[in-house]
Amino acid sequence: MTRPMVSYKNVRKSFGQIEVLKGVNLEIGEGEKVALIGPSGSGKTTLIRMLMTLEQPTSGVIEVDGTPLWHMEVNKKLVPANEKHLRNVRKNIGMVFQHFNLFPHMTVLENCTVAPIHVLGLSKKEARERAVEMLEKVKLGDKLDVYPSQLSGGQKQRVAMARALVMRPKVMLFDEVTSALDPELVGEVLEVIRELAHEGKMTMILVTHEMEFARDVADRIVFLDNGYIVEEGPPEQIFEYSSNERLKRFLSRFRLHSVYPLTTRSV
Amino acid sequence: MIWDWNIVKDVFPLIFRAMWLTLGLTLACYAVSLVLGIIWTLLRRAPWAWFRWTVNGVLEFIRSTPPLVQLYFLFYAWPLVPHVGVTLSPIAAAIIGLGVHYSTYTSEVYRSGIDAVDKGQWEAALALNFSRARTWTKVILPQAIPPIIPMLGNYLIIMFKEIPTTASIGVMGMMLTAKMYGAQHWVYLEPFTIVAFFFLLLSYPSSLFVQWLEKKMNRRFDKNEVLHEAKQKGVVV
Repeated sequence: MTRPMVSYKNVRKSFGQIEVLKGVNLEIGEGEKVALIGPSGSGKTTLIRMLMTLEQPTSGVIEVDGTPLWHMEVNKKLVPANEKHLRNVRKNIGMVFQHFNLFPHMTVLENCTVAPIHVLGLSKKEARERAVEMLEKVKLGDKLDVYPSQLSGGQKQRVAMARALVMRPKVMLFDEVTSALDPELVGEVLEVIRELAHEGKMTMILVTHEMEFARDVADRIVFLDNGYIVEEGPPEQIFEYSSNERLKRFLSRFRLHSVYPLTTRSV
Repeated sequence: MIWDWNIVKDVFPLIFRAMWLTLGLTLACYAVSLVLGIIWTLLRRAPWAWFRWTVNGVLEFIRSTPPLVQLYFLFYAWPLVPHVGVTLSPIAAAIIGLGVHYSTYTSEVYRSGIDAVDKGQWEAALALNFSRARTWTKVILPQAIPPIIPMLGNYLIIMFKEIPTTASIGVMGMMLTAKMYGAQHWVYLEPFTIVAFFFLLLSYPSSLFVQWLEKKMNRRFDKNEVLHEAKQKGVVV
């Protein structure tokens, strides 16, 4: 493996009485594409939300590019990170959300320039160039001055991707980015992610229920169940040769889905 | 008692002149309540529980006390408080008194607007590494404010009608002008009727304006309507 970009060291997370992650150890190399799969409630979304600093781990250490995320070193001791440290590490990470979370009061272009201007400090011209380049990459170069409410779900999600990409993060997180889309719009979004993945450089972590897609794009599949990493490995191993009972049971549900795609997708 | 047009001719210019003070005072009080309201709202979101409770307590106290009592306190009692007491002119006392009183209401309106902004917007702002200040100014407030503009407008009208209470501490607005004229000449029918007429003349169009604004804002935030408009312009098909 290349040098680690993200590592989870014995990470636990509880919400009140419920422990959703029960000690996760995971290392993700630079440029690696990792798909997190598992039943709902298995903790996969929480895992990437902690990396985006949207949730704080109850215990354990997460490192990004060698720097602890939720902790900082003071006199050789790890203490809880302050806002400044969080902002500094957070700039390496970008995220695309299930429900897009575009800014409805801004045009497509403004959605993609507001952070470069006000967070990275780029000039308006530079920010615009960067945004247009990314929007063309997601095939929305003709929608610059349109408001999000005038776009389809698939288009919204592609804008959200461009908005995250203009920040040039080292790690991109995709949180069930096709789950809120109508079935016929899933393809266009997956296509963009696939192209991005094949470019190679960026580390990508995808939480997904699209098994075919995960198999196609990911270098490694991580299967979580009930707060633990149950199995991990390259796609063939996970999808073809695994003997793990829980994983086989989970995957069998998806084989069923592909037989009856329309009736079960909405469930 | 009969209506006397000569008295009308005599008193009308006086009240008309006082109207400007009433209007100016309304705007000044309103500005105070708008600015202070948002400050309250932000303070109420502070990370320390004890601080939030204190702010909430103060707001509840101000809201539950009649504005007239607050005006009397500010004007007559405040100067007598040792060390911190200051003598205020009637107009200053009126601006502070009504401005602060109504800021507790506008704060509530701001809060409702902010609460209505989707949680995902905060998360998106954080994921893009916005500072706290930018999150407020670029993402949250531009979405929270437009829908509450009609509600804020209503408070302007309500506050306008509350301005005559400042006559009690000696602000020479329309109300006190009419009262003094009445006391001097022993006529009250014409002066107070004219005052009422002015209030009607100013509040009714304002309330129509607020209704219009409300319709416009509702439309702006109705996505189907936006989509419909976009279709007509040929932006989407």
